[in-house]
Amino acid sequence: MIEISLGHYLTLGAIIFSIGVLGIFLNRKNVIIILMSIELILLAVNINLVSFSIYLQDIVGQVFVIFILTVAAAEAAIGLAIIVAYYKNKGSINVETINTLKG
Amino acid sequence: MEYLIIFLPLIASITSGFFGKYLRFNDFIVSFLILTSAILSIFIFYEVIINNYSSNKLIFNWITSGNFIINWSINVDALTSVMLVVVSLISSIIHFYSIGYMSKDQHKPRFMAYLSLFTFSMLVLITADNFLQLFFGWEGVGLCSYLLIGFWYQKPAANSAAIKAFIVNRVGDFGFAIGIFLIFIFCKTLNFNEVFDLIPSLSDKEIFFFGLEFNLITLICFMLFFGAMGKSAQIFLHTWLPDAMEGPTPVSALIHAATMVTAGVFLIVRCSPIFEYSETALNFITLVGMLTAFFAATVALVQNDIKKIIAYSTCSQLGYMFFAVGVGAYHVAIFHLFTHAFFKALLFLGSGCVIHSFNNEQDIRLMGGVWKKIPYTYLLMIIGTLALTGFPFLSGYYSKDAIIESAYFKGSTIGYYAAFIGIGVAFLTSIYSWRLIFKTFHGKYKNKKNSFNKIHESPIIMLLPASILGIGSILTGILFKDLFIGEDNYNFWGDSILFLKNILHTHPPDWLPITIIFLVTVAIPISYYLYIMNEKILINFTIRNKKFYNFFLNKWYFDEIYDFIFIKPIKKLGVFFWYKGDIKTIDRFGPDGFAKLVKKISDRSVNFQSGYIYHYAFIMLIGLSILLTYLIVY
Repeated sequence: MIEISLGHYLTLGAIIFSIGVLGIFLNRKNVIIILMSIELILLAVNINLVSFSIYLQDIVGQVFVIFILTVAAAEAAIGLAIIVAYYKNKGSINVETINTLKG
Repeated sequence: MEYLIIFLPLIASITSGFFGKYLRFNDFIVSFLILTSAILSIFIFYEVIINNYSSNKLIFNWITSGNFIINWSINVDALTSVMLVVVSLISSIIHFYSIGYMSKDQHKPRFMAYLSLFTFSMLVLITADNFLQLFFGWEGVGLCSYLLIGFWYQKPAANSAAIKAFIVNRVGDFGFAIGIFLIFIFCKTLNFNEVFDLIPSLSDKEIFFFGLEFNLITLICFMLFFGAMGKSAQIFLHTWLPDAMEGPTPVSALIHAATMVTAGVFLIVRCSPIFEYSETALNFITLVGMLTAFFAATVALVQNDIKKIIAYSTCSQLGYMFFAVGVGAYHVAIFHLFTHAFFKALLFLGSGCVIHSFNNEQDIRLMGGVWKKIPYTYLLMIIGTLALTGFPFLSGYYSKDAIIESAYFKGSTIGYYAAFIGIGVAFLTSIYSWRLIFKTFHGKYKNKKNSFNKIHESPIIMLLPASILGIGSILTGILFKDLFIGEDNYNFWGDSILFLKNILHTHPPDWLPITIIFLVTVAIPISYYLYIMNEKILINFTIRNKKFYNFFLNKWYFDEIYDFIFIKPIKKLGVFFWYKGDIKTIDRFGPDGFAKLVKKISDRSVNFQSGYIYHYAFIMLIGLSILLTYLIVY
């Protein structure tokens, strides 16, 4: 039985982070997936925080994670609200058509 | 008084140019201003004759640089006073004539403005006391000539004639400018008096020019004469003068017959203290004058445009003036200039009346038989022709005879040649002048466009100025002969002309004037016979000598030769530089190249800004990781 060390946790965090990032870039369908990917990235960071908190025997990291989760929930709510508003305006949340940023 | 003479035309020009449209009697105001100037000039001329008056009035200082001082000033001496009378008198007469001639032209104020601006420039030219002011006037008259030739700018022919006149003059002016530079380099001054004082001390100086050794004075003379050739339409630089006839007829009368084209003669007479020290240059002038006189007379024989015939005749008479100068008879040249101004302006005004009567027809083949319909014009033309051909006791007789005689008295080979050519050309002049008269006024009426009954006499405002010139053409010879070229002419000319050798005053052999008179008179029946009585002889003759005829008709092929030698290669060179140099090199790699490069780069960078959030996020991430890597590694 292998002992699960800090390295494993960090690797897991890195993998989830990467999945999140790739989810943003490779996603060609809709904006909700981008939102989910951002959530994944946040969670990956949280995993890092928690594992370091345990490794360093410091509770602050876990307290911090609780805060981040709260903020992430609020952020997800705002994000979804924006998407709903956007859909009402444009009639589509397809990523390909959202390019008005280029002016 | 001198100030008024000079500046009244300028005031007239400004008034007419800027306010002419709003003034009711603009043309009369302008004409009267010029007339005032003319009356004052006559007064000065009178003063010069009676009291040997001379003055030098300063207008203002122009350039002061160390010892080099150039003023704008009005210098009056005998030579200037003669020119003053010629320029301002003829000019005022032609202003009045233009009121009638240009009456239907809506741009009359502009025309009047140019005409009086020309008068001003010409007056500045003749009253100069230094080369720089003279050059200013020289270019000023050139500019006005350009503007007036191209006055009817809707006509392409007028535009190209104007440009041709300007460019050919530029060739001459180039030489003139070099002459002035040479004088400045060696004399350190450009004021006439100082230069003329220094010239004798420079007479042995040799300089290198284009690797050849020249006598300095000779070189200066050649360069000045080069300028004079351009302005006075001497052979090789004459091509602009016939084309200049595209301008309105009063312009041809004033600028291209009476005043501007004689500026070259004036320049050389003014610089007589320089030219007297160069025998070579004088001989060259004689040669060019002879050639021009002969060349222009032969061409005038076969031309068909009434104004072109008179233009070539002007060219030929200018040749006379130049060979008079060349044989050292400066005063005779000025005398011929004086009389020529009257009768040649008269001829042009007369031909203007003819053109007016024929409703803008200029081809003499399409005229004829109208002398009863327009007797007054006919009379004026006859007077002009008689004076031009040198018929006894009219003005041209005295001056032309004097020229041939002084060439004869010169005594050298070239002098005899000049006298011989002079006699021959006098005969040719008579033939072509009478051909003009007979073809225009006699024979059958040949114009199909205008019915015979429509031919009408010109209005009084045109005939009256012309008849003043007519009186002038009859009388100037007799009245001023003794003053200009008589025994005591030195008293009159004073310091304004320098003669190193005294002109002989022995009487010419009897056969000389008699030959001239005989030839001139016998030419009248000859030309009447050839051009009216028996045209077949001439037609057969031209058919048999087609080559000769075409040679003369095409003006000795000068235009074609110049086209081949200068214009085409230069145009090719120009096209080469324009296409290969400008477009293909400078533009391609310069402005256009940069523009293309910038556009290319910006086109690329536009793609960068796609508007997709995930692209931006990706870039941010890449940036962040690069930054992190950097921080971790270093």
